[in-house]
Amino acid sequence: MMETTTQTSDPPPREQTKQATSPAAYLMVLLMGVYLGILFSKSEVAHWQRIHDMFLFREAHMYLIIVTAIVVAMVSMLIIKRFQITSIEGRPIRYSPKPYHTGVVIGGMLFGAGWAITGACPGPIYAQIGGGQWMALFTLVGALLGMFGYAALKPKLPH
Amino acid sequence: MQWLMQPWPWWLSGILIGLTVPLLYLLAGKAFGISTSLQEIGALCSPHSKLEYLAKFDRKANLWTIVFALGIAIGAFLATEFLSADPKPFLPASMESVSGAIKLLVGGFLIGFGTRYAGGCTSGHSITGISNLNWPSLLATVCFFAGGLAVTWGLGGLLF
Repeated sequence: MMETTTQTSDPPPREQTKQATSPAAYLMVLLMGVYLGILFSKSEVAHWQRIHDMFLFREAHMYLIIVTAIVVAMVSMLIIKRFQITSIEGRPIRYSPKPYHTGVVIGGMLFGAGWAITGACPGPIYAQIGGGQWMALFTLVGALLGMFGYAALKPKLPH
Repeated sequence: MQWLMQPWPWWLSGILIGLTVPLLYLLAGKAFGISTSLQEIGALCSPHSKLEYLAKFDRKANLWTIVFALGIAIGAFLATEFLSADPKPFLPASMESVSGAIKLLVGGFLIGFGTRYAGGCTSGHSITGISNLNWPSLLATVCFFAGGLAVTWGLGGLLF
């Protein structure tokens, strides 16, 4: 019975992707970025040596952080779904699953290689630059070239 | 206050990073993911691109990813300037060379190409995807580590 009432009052699905981002939401996004930037630095997730030591199995630091983060996020999502919690703007929170295709395997391994070489994944690139590591601009330029490379090759790649 | 200036322990870092997922959903209605910002920058830089991947990309709906990236840079600046007693370098000193720049460019290329081909990175797949029980994200994460381990243990002698 609750189902029908919530379904009729829900915005149509296209609003999920097309919804405009309000100025308040932009401010929240910026603050969440600052929060994460501080964490990437203080946890040393954005440090090359930590990534290197992770892939060499020299220390558990990175593995523990990733597993803890996943568990915390998973419990949070279970709570959000269980109690149908909405965003502060009253919009329903829905996860759009990322589908499987060949690129998940091939692209995933290529990204992993890049992660090991540069000691950065996409978020930490911005953290390294903001933290004054100017050499990381090369990583960012490389990442943008890689993105353009994918954009150009996409029609020819298996998906 | 002393502990604040030191690197934070894994459990505190892990909990706070994990909270990014619900906080970003609750406060801004956004799914945690950062690699889309690369596509957004690309689409903004080439608004008349003939490449479908950039031409059909909704620049307005994804503008927030750049604001998010900007916030990350500001946060890292604040942490390095004001929250670190003895800031550790993000990259080894050996990277500040021509060969280092080439390594970062090539590694960066693999990051950009790989995350876009895989449809996400450590934030979108490993944290957000797995925590939402999305199995392709778990597979992607296994592949991230397969690629990273292959480079570190296979080509490591040449690279590092």
